[in-house]
Amino acid sequence: MELLAVKELKKYFKTPRGTLHAVDGVSFTIDEGRTLGVVGESGCGKSTLGRVLVKLLPATSGEVLWRGKPILYGKPSPQLRREMQMIFQDPFSSLNPRMTVGETIAEPMEIHHMFPSRRETEAEVAKLMDTVGLASRFVNSYPHELDGGRRQRIGIARALSLNPSFIVCDEPVSALDVSIQAQILNLMQDLQEERGLTYLFITHDLSVVRHISTAIMVMYLGMMVEKAPCEELFAHTLHPYTRALLAAIPRPVVPDGPVHHELLRGEISSPIDPKPGCRFAARCPYAKDICFHQTPVLREVRAEHFVACHKVEEEVNGKA
Amino acid sequence: MENEETILSVKDLVIRYETDDGLVRAVNGVSFDLKRGETLGLVGETGAGKTTTALGLMRLVPDPPGRIVSGQIVLQGRDLAKLSEERMRLVRGNEVSMIFQDPMTSLNPVMKVGDQIGEVVRKHRKVSRLEAEKIAARMLETVGIPRERMNDYPHQFSGGMKQRVVIAIALACRPSLIIADEPTTALDVTIQAQVLELMRDLRDQYRTSMLLITHDLGVVAEICDKVAIMYAGLIMESGSLSDIYRHTAHPYTKGLFGSLPSMNTREKRLHPIHGLMPDPTDLPPGCPFAPRCSRATEKCSQELPVLRELSPGHLVRCIHMDEEA
Repeated sequence: MELLAVKELKKYFKTPRGTLHAVDGVSFTIDEGRTLGVVGESGCGKSTLGRVLVKLLPATSGEVLWRGKPILYGKPSPQLRREMQMIFQDPFSSLNPRMTVGETIAEPMEIHHMFPSRRETEAEVAKLMDTVGLASRFVNSYPHELDGGRRQRIGIARALSLNPSFIVCDEPVSALDVSIQAQILNLMQDLQEERGLTYLFITHDLSVVRHISTAIMVMYLGMMVEKAPCEELFAHTLHPYTRALLAAIPRPVVPDGPVHHELLRGEISSPIDPKPGCRFAARCPYAKDICFHQTPVLREVRAEHFVACHKVEEEVNGKA
Repeated sequence: MENEETILSVKDLVIRYETDDGLVRAVNGVSFDLKRGETLGLVGETGAGKTTTALGLMRLVPDPPGRIVSGQIVLQGRDLAKLSEERMRLVRGNEVSMIFQDPMTSLNPVMKVGDQIGEVVRKHRKVSRLEAEKIAARMLETVGIPRERMNDYPHQFSGGMKQRVVIAIALACRPSLIIADEPTTALDVTIQAQVLELMRDLRDQYRTSMLLITHDLGVVAEICDKVAIMYAGLIMESGSLSDIYRHTAHPYTKGLFGSLPSMNTREKRLHPIHGLMPDPTDLPPGCPFAPRCSRATEKCSQELPVLRELSPGHLVRCIHMDEEA
């Protein structure tokens, strides 16, 4: 069942130098119990997208349907607030340093009056700590006394405390060491299975996103350039940017011959007042005239596989 | 590279920090050699002692609370551990350079990048200001930045470009050894690929030896000849790329590989290492990895295993290796 439908979502910021197009017309749906991975480099708008969805930032335009009902504008109901939660990247700065682990996890439940007595809240805190694998002896510890992995477990427990159905996870494992990262990823998968959670999983790490996602969307400078079911995206990578992103990942295997990459030249351009045309054109090895003045439209080129690229479109049309 | 001379030889390096919370045993007897033009990847997780080892080689461990307790750091026949601070200053930036993780904080924000490159050159070579400027311009072009940007300030550059400037400074005096501490961790993957390619090209061109510190086994495979896996201030396994990646022996190294989500196949679950890195103020007796190791026996927590040669050049610190051999 469709939990969330996003249509032409835009988020612009006014800056002294012009309008910054952080999210520029993104559309997608997420089914209940699934994980949509959002991948892209710094400045592609992936975090802004997550924040707009949980209503931490007001949208500029577009539409978001939650179980079929529009929710983007106006004050969210407490019920909706409970249903949508967020896990942040940096467990070092997203926790209040003056609150103990127990207080941090209890706070959302107290705000939402989940339980009539403090004792019941405390019992729930203990249950949540057990769920996320935090030993109960840490209940009175402060965040600075704990390592990154345990802090991220607090963030997860807090997000779970209101029994949400949808969690936006913004780079939840990026700040962690690999062995701890694997522990947290496993935990998040277990929780999803047990509780039927739906995730929007934002990351720059393609190997992590492949591991955890049902579908993946790739963003570049505020726009969605490619979206497909997980295995389809890796089996038939179509957009030149997605290909470049995949090629750039250093792989933990011994190279057979001398290492040589098709490197992407140049850097991400400015998201302020972008000109019409494909935003990736300046770095794209296949860019043609049309790419520089006409914005490519997102099209379904294979089953459930959407791409916004003139070259790909041409090839598909050529075959037909 | 067999016949090349050894540039750096580190023997039994021990570094500790004396803090209010107790004695932090950061580096507990690290030894390795580096030949000319060779790159060693020093891999480990947060708190393994990688950065302290690097700072130790540069004699930059903050003292107090840190102290090089014992060991030798022989760079081209001279023991850096015994040099006076004054002599050491002539070595830094000249014979050994360091590239730090965060290019945003390792450059001077109020100094033009051209001047920052020229400064190193003027410090170590007897050259005129004009000559230093010329060298700086040439170095900028070497790292792929047009010389017209000589008079720009760091904030006018992107992260990847700033790291190029840092590399230009590090290479300006043609050092025989470069220590790079997580040089691409703060960069996006497409930019990381560009910077890694640049480092590889320059290293080959100048025949510079390199110690690359990273937590990323992918980056190591791209650029290193040899690998050393560190845990709790000790090298647990070391060898050639092929030794470590194809003939992984130590349970910790195996755990690191098992924790990585694969790019090629999709596994249902990852196989993390359970538990956490031990507290360096309170290291367990015996093998420091024993409390997290699935193969640990009683003997493991009684005595610290020594590094044994499994095959020529492939060293492993684990008592269970003997049983298999």
